[in-house]
Amino acid sequence: MNARIVHIAANTFREAVRDRVLYNLIAFALLISGAAIFVGQISIDIERLVVINLGLTAVSLFGVVIAIFIGIGLVSKEIEKRTLYTVLSRPVRRWEFIVGKFFGLAGTLVVNTFFMAIGVFGALLYVAHKFSAPDALILIALYFIILEFLIICSLALLFSSFSSPLLSAVFAFSLFVIGSFANDLRGFAGLTRGVARWVALGAAYLVPNFSALNVISVVAHQQPLGSQLILHNTLYALFYTATALSGAVLIFERRNLK
Amino acid sequence: MTLNSMTSRQRTTILASACLAISLTASILMLRGTDQLRPQATLEDSLYVNSPSVIKRASLGFDGLMACIYWTRTVQYFGGQHSQRGGTYNELAPLLEITTALDPHMIPPYQFGASFLAPAPPNGAGQPARAISLMEYGIAHNPDNWQLYYNLGFVYYTELKDYKDASRIFAQGSEVPNAHPFMKILAARMAQHAGDLSTARMLWSATFETSHDKDIQMNALEHLRGIKVDEDVIALQAAVTRFGERTGHLPASMTELAVAEQLQGLPVDPDNDPYLLTLDGRIEIPHPEDFPFATKGLPAGYKPVPPRFHSKS
Repeated sequence: MNARIVHIAANTFREAVRDRVLYNLIAFALLISGAAIFVGQISIDIERLVVINLGLTAVSLFGVVIAIFIGIGLVSKEIEKRTLYTVLSRPVRRWEFIVGKFFGLAGTLVVNTFFMAIGVFGALLYVAHKFSAPDALILIALYFIILEFLIICSLALLFSSFSSPLLSAVFAFSLFVIGSFANDLRGFAGLTRGVARWVALGAAYLVPNFSALNVISVVAHQQPLGSQLILHNTLYALFYTATALSGAVLIFERRNLK
Repeated sequence: MTLNSMTSRQRTTILASACLAISLTASILMLRGTDQLRPQATLEDSLYVNSPSVIKRASLGFDGLMACIYWTRTVQYFGGQHSQRGGTYNELAPLLEITTALDPHMIPPYQFGASFLAPAPPNGAGQPARAISLMEYGIAHNPDNWQLYYNLGFVYYTELKDYKDASRIFAQGSEVPNAHPFMKILAARMAQHAGDLSTARMLWSATFETSHDKDIQMNALEHLRGIKVDEDVIALQAAVTRFGERTGHLPASMTELAVAEQLQGLPVDPDNDPYLLTLDGRIEIPHPEDFPFATKGLPAGYKPVPPRFHSKS
């Protein structure tokens, strides 16, 4: 990878750590350990189910919140503090700046997810006393969650490249919510005709399909996941991320920074 | 250190800390007061959305966690209503339906529904049709789970006394891979001995042994205690009849009956309290309120009370 991109990514990661982003791990640790201790008392027969559902949902939601709140400020904060001009006055291309920021944020989220995953497996060990082979499916769910983060990071950067932080947050959250209903949009398209059908279908394919990446319930019930799904989801997330990042680069390249 | 010798910052810190502690304590006390004023303002007020599909959509894909939350609410709701002994179970069906719509593969809610949704009040919600719908929904989503067939057959047997359908369901369940062998036995017994107490005991024992839910186990235990009392009373009543036929008069006391029948001591109920013999020769339970599911030996005019689970065996 381009050395300048690596440098920007490393700085973005350092900045996120300095901004105490990883403090969320403390909240997560308290949540998951509390759940592990109390779950046996409040839920009957479903302790394992609760720990996996709660753990993976928390990993996903914590990550989404971090991705949006850090992502929306990645460009606008640099402009506000005028540090962007210092960066761009060096031999750094604008697209390198965007891509570097993306990798920095994605790296932060991967590290964050890694530690949270340890917490989930620890809580699981506490309630189940041992691991079983189907528990490895949790790793696939975590992988899909990371793919989800990549998409959200790229969208947050896209909005950040032309909008204010507040509006970027609104746009990103809205897309996260709509993306969770992507399958419903497709179902809605099936019920309509003519222009409405094409509009609904277009919207269904344009918004990120987060429901396809959510396999938490499936792995909680130890149901198998096909390798085809893993391949399709991986390619989908990479293509969608590339689309959003390309959009961000296109906008940022043309943005008047004076 | 006196208050005057402190810096302005230290004074602010102490005052703010004191204010925080006092305000927090006061707010907790006020909330406790409000809870006492509105003791019934629990789940019945807070189940704003009854539609499973709306809640599923509102969960933004995290329906597994939502199902766990709703299941916990269901158990808490049942426990709360049950401890009131007289409360209704109006929200039990929607809670179970929401839980299973969010996660159709979560099995405990179906078992809970079979035990507490179908029985008539005060033992349950008195909604056998919804219990059957719930079980059928569960079987449609988990066709390889024999316990769901057992639960459905159980509702047909205990609440609807529909032995034909119960037999059919048990037979279907016995065909499921890894089904418990007693499913075949139950299917056969439904055809010939459906109304027997021994069949009822077999079903409740199976429920007790196959469930890990404390409420379900306690409910099964109470039914088993009731069946034991019914069997004892039937046997003792038959002994009174035999005594009358042999001697031409009723036994004067339970001791006389025990001696005549060569029993080892006075016959006692599952709580070790001796059964009573009335002047007109009826066998009665000394504490019928401790056996809410007993149907024999109840004093004349006795009104059943809501069941109270206890660990007496």
